[in-house]
Amino acid sequence: MPAAIRTAGLCKRFGSLTALDHVDLTVPEGTVHGLLGPNGAGKTTTVRVLATLIRPDEGAAEVFGVDVRDDPGRIRSLIGLTGQYAAVDELLTGRENLHMIGRLFRQSRPDCRARASELLERFGLDHAADRQPRTYSGGMRRRLDLAASLMARPRLIFLDEPTTGLDPRSRMEVWRLVRELVGEGTTVLLTTQYLEEADQLADSLSVIDQGRVIVGGTPGELKAQVGQDRVDITLLDSEGMDRTVRLLRDRLGADPVADPEKMVVRAPLADGGTLPDLLHLLRQSGVAIGDVALRRPTLDDVFLAVTGRSAEHGSDQRDSRKESERT
Amino acid sequence: MTSTTLTRESGTSSTQAPNTLGWWLSDVWEMTLRNVRHVLRSPDLVMFSLVQPVMFILLFTYVFGGAIDVGGDRYIQFLLPGILVQMALYGSAAGTTIGVAAEMREGLMDRFRSMPMSRSAVLIGRTLSEIFRNVGVAGVTVGIGMLVGFRFHNGLLPVLAGLLLLLLFGYAVSWFAAYLGLSVRNAEAAQAVGGVWIFPFTLISSAFVPTESMPDWLQAYAAHSPMTAAVNALRALLSGGPATSYVLQTVAWSLGLIVVFAPLAVRKYGSR
Repeated sequence: MPAAIRTAGLCKRFGSLTALDHVDLTVPEGTVHGLLGPNGAGKTTTVRVLATLIRPDEGAAEVFGVDVRDDPGRIRSLIGLTGQYAAVDELLTGRENLHMIGRLFRQSRPDCRARASELLERFGLDHAADRQPRTYSGGMRRRLDLAASLMARPRLIFLDEPTTGLDPRSRMEVWRLVRELVGEGTTVLLTTQYLEEADQLADSLSVIDQGRVIVGGTPGELKAQVGQDRVDITLLDSEGMDRTVRLLRDRLGADPVADPEKMVVRAPLADGGTLPDLLHLLRQSGVAIGDVALRRPTLDDVFLAVTGRSAEHGSDQRDSRKESERT
Repeated sequence: MTSTTLTRESGTSSTQAPNTLGWWLSDVWEMTLRNVRHVLRSPDLVMFSLVQPVMFILLFTYVFGGAIDVGGDRYIQFLLPGILVQMALYGSAAGTTIGVAAEMREGLMDRFRSMPMSRSAVLIGRTLSEIFRNVGVAGVTVGIGMLVGFRFHNGLLPVLAGLLLLLLFGYAVSWFAAYLGLSVRNAEAAQAVGGVWIFPFTLISSAFVPTESMPDWLQAYAAHSPMTAAVNALRALLSGGPATSYVLQTVAWSLGLIVVFAPLAVRKYGSR
């Protein structure tokens, strides 16, 4: 059985800019592959070549064994595309959007009606089905966009930065929907700037930079290279400092670092501990906690580990976030 | 939540067997429906399309009309066919150029291009919806014209033929406009080029003044402009007079524009 996606030596230039520089990818059917990289790395160009939107200059690019140059029409009937910008018609209602896409995928009218209703309900949009997307929130638009990609039950779906610009709750919702897709056997090529997202969803990863795949592997292998999550605990008074260090060392089996000046204790969050457990433990022993921050490895850390330099990010980078719970 | 299948069900396929012409027609229908809905759901666009003919008729009739000698007839009788063609062109040209250029930058076009649908249908749907809009604009234009004194002086069939000719000419120009909109690839540039040629093109013709009143060198162009052919054809069909030659010229210009610019536009849209 051919791989869902196979590229070999794939190159694409725009004038003097080399967008893709001999990209090799293999994505077996039924898996999720994450393309991880900063803005301008070549993620979207890869997706656009594979979705038959632009022609490659050199190299092989196959979808289910069909080269994108030979029979784009065949590929188009097998794929779904959810781009960075919600590709929905602003002036048609949610339901009309889905119906139109279904019809354009050559589905019968009764099928389109049934499928649209099913997806609207499934994606929590039934209450907004007969409104125009311009009245939707960002998360709702993205869900409608995803639903449109699924109208024709594609075997392969491209998710190009599916959660960029979404609030955390909408992001979780999109992740949940993607996991369901995967559970049903759909192959997914996901692009993201967020290591966390790739970690959550992907079976395998390629880190891409300046049009080249610089490292590949499973999320676990990659994370092993960049280190673990870390917790920063800010105390209300310095008295609890030593006790906190001791408790954390016992629980985590690793040496916490204390910063008495800022009253912060930093510790790697190894597999032994979850944030709620640690907080419970500290509270029980009477430590007064002012603030807790979970610091997760980011794409930047991967870049630092792999290339020794920092990734150049866009302005929407999330590097460290405070979270009340480890997900 | 119900547990439904998000992706393909094994062994079944809801995609119907290919029937090329049938699906092409279906794609064209879906795209036309989409664009007609856009027209109906853009109240400001509708207002603008309708206010413009009213403004032009009133300005030309009452500001310039008294000073323009059209040889005996009331000026509105001379003017209305000219305004009809101008309005059809203005809507088709500026609207389509700007609309297409803006749409090309939206993600939806990428989605369409990544789908097995017909590529020509996207543009055919767009241009067909201009016909729909032009029917409305022509209706309002004729209505206002009649309020200020325009009268049909011909039978029902020639009048209907005239209106069909108007729609055909507007449709043909919308293909040129679509090509223009695809060529600029930028909504601001489309704003600049979309409507700017319309004024010289429509004014240097028999639409508002008899071409005989122009200097010789301009007359030479104006007398043979497709705009003049269309206006004269419409004038003859609405008010009586020899129409055949002008109608044939207009049909030839229209078909020529479609034959040249429709394939160019579709190719431009599909190029990757």
